[in-house]
Amino acid sequence: MSIFVDRSTRLIVQGITGREGSFHSRQMLEYGTALVAGVTPGKGGQTFEGKVPVFNTVEEAVRTTGANASVIYVPPMAAGAAVVEAADAGVPLIVCITEGIPVMHMSRAMPFVRGRGVRLIGPNCPGLIAPGVRAKVGIIPGNICTPGRVGMVSRSGTLTYEVVNHLTRAGIGQSTCVGIGGDPIIGTNFIDCLRAFQEDPETDAIVVIGEIGGTDEQNAAACVKAEITKPVVGFIAGQTAPKGRRMGHAGAIISGSSGTAEEKLAAFEAAGIAIMRRPVDVVEQLRKHL
Amino acid sequence: MNLHEYQARALLKAVGIPMFEGDVASTPTEAEAIARRIGGTVVIKAQVHAGGRGKAGGVKLARNPSEAADEAAKILGMTIKGLTVHRVLVVPAAEIATESYVGLIMDRETQRPVYMVSSAGGVDIEEVAAKTPEKIVRLPVDPTSGLFPHQALRLAFVLYRDFAQVKAAAKIMEQLYEAFVSNGASLAEINPLVTTPDGRVLALDAKIVIDDNELFWRPDLGVLRDDSAEEPSEAAARRANLSFIKLDGNVGCVVNGAGLAMATMDLVKYYGGEPANFLDIGGSSSPEKVINALKIITADPHVKAILFNIFGGITRTDDVANGIVAATRQFKVDVPIVIRLTGTNEVEAIRILEGVGMRALSDMDQAVQQVVQLARAAA
Repeated sequence: MSIFVDRSTRLIVQGITGREGSFHSRQMLEYGTALVAGVTPGKGGQTFEGKVPVFNTVEEAVRTTGANASVIYVPPMAAGAAVVEAADAGVPLIVCITEGIPVMHMSRAMPFVRGRGVRLIGPNCPGLIAPGVRAKVGIIPGNICTPGRVGMVSRSGTLTYEVVNHLTRAGIGQSTCVGIGGDPIIGTNFIDCLRAFQEDPETDAIVVIGEIGGTDEQNAAACVKAEITKPVVGFIAGQTAPKGRRMGHAGAIISGSSGTAEEKLAAFEAAGIAIMRRPVDVVEQLRKHL
Repeated sequence: MNLHEYQARALLKAVGIPMFEGDVASTPTEAEAIARRIGGTVVIKAQVHAGGRGKAGGVKLARNPSEAADEAAKILGMTIKGLTVHRVLVVPAAEIATESYVGLIMDRETQRPVYMVSSAGGVDIEEVAAKTPEKIVRLPVDPTSGLFPHQALRLAFVLYRDFAQVKAAAKIMEQLYEAFVSNGASLAEINPLVTTPDGRVLALDAKIVIDDNELFWRPDLGVLRDDSAEEPSEAAARRANLSFIKLDGNVGCVVNGAGLAMATMDLVKYYGGEPANFLDIGGSSSPEKVINALKIITADPHVKAILFNIFGGITRTDDVANGIVAATRQFKVDVPIVIRLTGTNEVEAIRILEGVGMRALSDMDQAVQQVVQLARAAA
């Protein structure tokens, strides 16, 4: 099985006619995702790739197609509003890929999203993929994944691919890989994913890929200690990063004592999480604990 | 993006926050003129993005205009933590009765702006937070409704007893929130907020950090960036749309994605090397980005070997290969390059590289070990 998506997932793409949106929509279709509608204001009535209807609003797309998930590729200045639009239309799963959204936009969107009780993944994330049900929502390359029983949650994009690739080449499949995003304000966090993997009967072990900055990994460690009975393997990127510098992700800021790699690794170890020193170590650590 | 104190002052002044008069000077003559206008003793403050300006000799008192010129002449051009001082702020050396701290920060945990105020101002607020956290009052603000008047009053009552001062501070709380929101700040700080012996409440020093994601649609804020306050290679990288941070090692790194870039630096260290930089070429690739990346890295004389670590997703590895080939044709790269690429269009990428006699590895560990060895051999 999988978390957050399954065979009943019917997906909308917001920004389907844009450069990024159209490229990744083709890839999602190719992978087998049930992509049922696109939304681009002003382009309602068109069809994408001759088969996916395009609507002017998310509300209309949901009403017409019964979609229950949306992925957002709209430009940064409009992406916060796109998240709110999807939440307002009652879409239960919203995945925002867009990078570079002003933090204030997300701060204003979050109370509304939470008020509607919908799940937001991202922004500034690669999305998620469940190889067993051929559901890809976002930009994680399908060809590096294979069906299996390891759940993965990560703050990074390409680092996630690196680790998944090691798993797949070693014959260890994945139930779901979730990229939660590197922005200061995100919807779904490590703990949400850990709990979902814990409850998923078809996930046997969990891989957590964190990085420097903030306290999300420390909170995740506390959750693992208190609630998670499945084996957990962890990695922290940025062990050699200089303090106080921003390393691409807005999230990767080390300030004061909360947020260094050492602190996060210590929290992982104290929670019984098996530490990967290198991305390749994921294979050995999982074999040891599975 | 960090703003200088004089720039932060201008943004606070624009929303009506009371401050001592003062102005910025880039020559001793200008400093003298400002000091004459202000009258009396003034403070000359270096405008650089570095803490500990006072300890470094970048903050001086001047009793009259000619002293102001002398002190400004000493401070202008001096280097504080590697940064050259190009401007000084001249403000009156006013008499102060009390000092408080007022800060507004975008908080990841509560996902909203959080006010922090403390009557223990004027000193290192991080030390207050660490040793006596009860002396700092925190108040999260709902960004959809903004700061309510009663919240502003509550914050002001933390600082003052005198109701006239409370009302003045409450107004400043509302004004600071307005400045924070309207300028897309991730931090806005008044430290200290002071009272004078005659009872006035004023902002003495200000610090504002703008959320970089706002700059795209706010050219009015973008012009406040001071390129001279950055490491030159980092400023060049930013103009080329690359995320780059210079480090002290000798292994140059070109990677796609911030997480993978950090993991690559970590692996260089793991195998006994020292990374020369963090460099993320970002998601969508173009040969031009690769050329710019190589230019910036090869400009560092400490770099003895360069590693490309590309995991193609959105990034097309053939774009990167084309960039490497084009760059090596445009200018001579004197140090060895180790290329690891895998993912989108890798077959094409390998063909492009082999066409000019270059090799590509597919394994990250193997590539890192190789580049560390090459750097060591050349050192």
